[in-house]
Amino acid sequence: MTATQPNIDRRQLSYIAGQAADARVNVELEAEGMTLNIGPQHPATHGTLRIVVRLDGEQVIEADPIMGYMHRGYEKLVEVRTYPQINTLVNRIDWLGSFANEVPFILACEQLMGIEAPPRAQWIRTLFFELSRIANLTLFLGDMGVQLGAVTPVFYAFRDREHILNQIESATGGRFHPNFDRIGGLKDDLPAGWVDETRRALGHIRKFCDVMEDLIVGNEIFEARTRGIGVIPADVALSYGLSGANVRASGVDWDLRRDSSNSGLVYDKLDWKVWTHPDGDSFARYWVRLQEVREACHMVDQLLDSIPAGPIMAKVPRIIKVPAGEAYVATENPLGEMGYYVVSQGGLEPFRVKIRSASFSNMSIAPWVLKGTYVPDVITILASLYFILGDIDR
Amino acid sequence: MIPLPSADTETPEAGSEAAADEGRSALLEALTTELGDALVDSHLLPGKDLWIRVATEAWGSTADYLRNRQRFRFFDFLSAIDWLPSPYGRSLDAAVDNILEGKGLVGDGDDEGDDPTTHAPSGAGAGAYAGGETRFQVFARVYSLTTKLGVTLKTDVGNLGDPLQVGTWTGTYPGVDWHEREAYEMFGITFVGHPGLRKLYLPGDFEGHPMRKDFPLLARLIKPWPGIVDVEPMPGVADEGDAAGGDAGEGAA
Amino acid sequence: MPLSTLALLASFTNQVSASPKLALLAVEFPYWATTLFKLLMAFIAVLIPAGGTVYLYLFKMVSFMQSRLGPMEAGPYGSLQLMAEVGKFAQKEDIFPARADRFVFAAAPYVVLVSTFLLVLVIPFGPDAAFANFDVGVFLALAVSSLSVIGILMAGWASASKYSLLGGLRAAGQLIAYELPLVLAVVGVVIQAGSLNLQRIVQAQVEGEIFGWGALGNPFFLTQIIGFFIFLVAVQAELAQVPFDMPVAESELVSGYMTEYSGFRFLLFFIAEFATANIFAFLASVLFLGGWSLPPFVTDIFGIDSYSNAMNVIGPIVMATKMLLLTFVIYWVRFTYPRFREDQLQRFAWKFLIPLALFNIALTGFFKVAL
Repeated sequence: MTATQPNIDRRQLSYIAGQAADARVNVELEAEGMTLNIGPQHPATHGTLRIVVRLDGEQVIEADPIMGYMHRGYEKLVEVRTYPQINTLVNRIDWLGSFANEVPFILACEQLMGIEAPPRAQWIRTLFFELSRIANLTLFLGDMGVQLGAVTPVFYAFRDREHILNQIESATGGRFHPNFDRIGGLKDDLPAGWVDETRRALGHIRKFCDVMEDLIVGNEIFEARTRGIGVIPADVALSYGLSGANVRASGVDWDLRRDSSNSGLVYDKLDWKVWTHPDGDSFARYWVRLQEVREACHMVDQLLDSIPAGPIMAKVPRIIKVPAGEAYVATENPLGEMGYYVVSQGGLEPFRVKIRSASFSNMSIAPWVLKGTYVPDVITILASLYFILGDIDR
Repeated sequence: MIPLPSADTETPEAGSEAAADEGRSALLEALTTELGDALVDSHLLPGKDLWIRVATEAWGSTADYLRNRQRFRFFDFLSAIDWLPSPYGRSLDAAVDNILEGKGLVGDGDDEGDDPTTHAPSGAGAGAYAGGETRFQVFARVYSLTTKLGVTLKTDVGNLGDPLQVGTWTGTYPGVDWHEREAYEMFGITFVGHPGLRKLYLPGDFEGHPMRKDFPLLARLIKPWPGIVDVEPMPGVADEGDAAGGDAGEGAA
Repeated sequence: MPLSTLALLASFTNQVSASPKLALLAVEFPYWATTLFKLLMAFIAVLIPAGGTVYLYLFKMVSFMQSRLGPMEAGPYGSLQLMAEVGKFAQKEDIFPARADRFVFAAAPYVVLVSTFLLVLVIPFGPDAAFANFDVGVFLALAVSSLSVIGILMAGWASASKYSLLGGLRAAGQLIAYELPLVLAVVGVVIQAGSLNLQRIVQAQVEGEIFGWGALGNPFFLTQIIGFFIFLVAVQAELAQVPFDMPVAESELVSGYMTEYSGFRFLLFFIAEFATANIFAFLASVLFLGGWSLPPFVTDIFGIDSYSNAMNVIGPIVMATKMLLLTFVIYWVRFTYPRFREDQLQRFAWKFLIPLALFNIALTGFFKVAL
């Protein structure tokens, strides 16, 4: 009796604790009914996003994303770091396309300092920007299959993404976090033979895109699961701040690579096309990203052909101090518009940096778009909106 | 140590800059006529960006005007800024920094006597475009897909003793929801009319507003930054005095 | 259905005990020895194919499909990986969720497994190599196959987890919906063979002729191609395999009714899942591919009589081959397709498969009368 007594107590306690937790969630939503916690530990949440959904059967009455399980406070941290040090931090925001995170920050600093990277650096920057787009979106293309129950595509994605990561690694030394961009240029030049190797890697990605087109886009079940699901009209998408492929899938012809007046990237010298899809559903979002990977391959090919010779660093002081001022620079990152609002007071460190990350805005539409859907669709819609948790929580 | 802008960074795309400038000037003009006195300040960087500062009362109506009349359909972001100079001193006041400033080796002793509360709330510091008078400022950015122009809006919300209130944008841009919640928890600014102003990232029982300048970053207080101890020369820089960059790029690949 | 299953079982007890003879060895054994032997064989018939297909398909074939190697370290070419897995599961702590209904939670995997073992009861592996030769074998097979849904519902309910509950409910809805096409698909075969006895169905396929040409016999998948298709689809759904894996749905419900299970009980679910796949493949090969029999022209070449004792040895090998062929299809589909949504699955069952099956029955009936 004495041996079992504490045991029962513990069970009772955990029961009470469980009830209390449920009650708290219900109070949070001011609602009753079956509350389902998707996450923070859930295979569909790519990390630690938590979505509290209130269900009627399997239909979602209300969805409330809860973030912060991975909040790292970058906006606070960057205030006590020098500009070159910040570069290392912002690498970790969208960890699948790290290089792309560095670029808008560096461009904002360059804009404030009034310098411009030499052409060769701009070319290579654009090149890596697109490579990180490929590395990021390739994984999405495979992962969408997993979220829908098709396990195989993600293995192809990892396999073929590896070639791109190898190329990034061989040039920058880092597979995931290159930390390669510098104010005024780049850390290093490209290694010998890299251009040909990259062309070969692009071949793998192109083949991968064809396979995905065949295996996923052409699959009737995939179409049945994604067509007409999670439809976001263009106007709603824009007022929620959706960007990138999400908004292009709603038929908005808008791409910061083409439409922004930033100097520092050489998209205006390339022959490429902005892909849009009129439907605005999950299928459209997948399809647009698939085309974007292909377009990125096309762009990288052109960039490889036309890298100009010259220096890779502009004249920058050894200790970087950014003149006082404010600048907002946004670029079209793999996940959407990513921008940095940098306020400098002329010191070694920024006074305030607002990080406008794409996934944060992209996910803010979740309560709107998930209302009235079914649990299986919650997963596909979340997957098709494509978020990286580090990009939400920062 | 601010590098002089070299001539070639200014010249390219002079024509397009003028065009963008035209658009921004027209926008500024329209805003001035629409808002009248509510438009407190503005700053226009030709070819780059436009900043305007509006009165707190006109915050909501400005958004409404921009979205519905000027077709600024894309909501970019909303956040806040605390203009208080950090009461803990500049954490990067390292020896090297001081030398650069011409102060000599002072060390970090000067901020020890500082009490965060004694700092008077100040307005926008150096380099603030379309500056402000109060410590807290809310800023947001909207973008027009038709003219491909963005505009950064600012408004003063007050000093520490003030209620720190500003109208919500949720009726105009639904996507502002999370941004306002983030500004609410990080800066303690209340958005009047927001349907569910709860904490976004922080746990419910968290006290304080972490992004305020007087909220200490404990890691830095416990272990201050050692300063720039060893500066690795930037690639392409031959030696420290000589900033003639750009030989390393040639020849490779 | 489960009630009728129990009634059936009760009525069959006599029949099972009435034949304590193993014709294979042509020796009279005492009743206890036959029973023991049959028990042993049942375990072999369930576990060996399950282990074999798990290694061959789940570990290796799928790995190759996904451009990886699969297990390579345990044993030659990873062949002992399964042993390692079983050992791992056996060592794990037996965890009950805090608010679980402990008895039901503990019993659920066994209920699921029982359905598997009852299914193997009726499968003939040779002219005499069958555990029991029922006159209504098809009926029994289809009846006991739906027993597993009770176990799954029990698991979903008793886990005290919302994910498990959703999974259990989905499983119930799905298995009921796909029971019907499964039964209706078999009706065509039954009409053509004129018997519910699985041995007779095999016999009908061996002795059948295709427009007077009997070298191949008449495996029913030729005439019942619609039924065969419906049967395979329904089996896929019955097994909760992709594209019908909503009850387990890894990415949504985190394995559904199995979410809270670990260790040995999870292993039981695992075995039940893969063993049932094999047994349905056995059943499909009996119903549509001629079962244990070889095509008459092959038996003619080797001079074996189709009903001789030798077929009791060859039969299981033939069955295993056909089973491997069909399970290959099951796993191939499983690792290629995405999954349906629950309502799409129901629509597919009620609006497409069942009308198609009814049409197939009508067609079969028409030709049965006309020819």
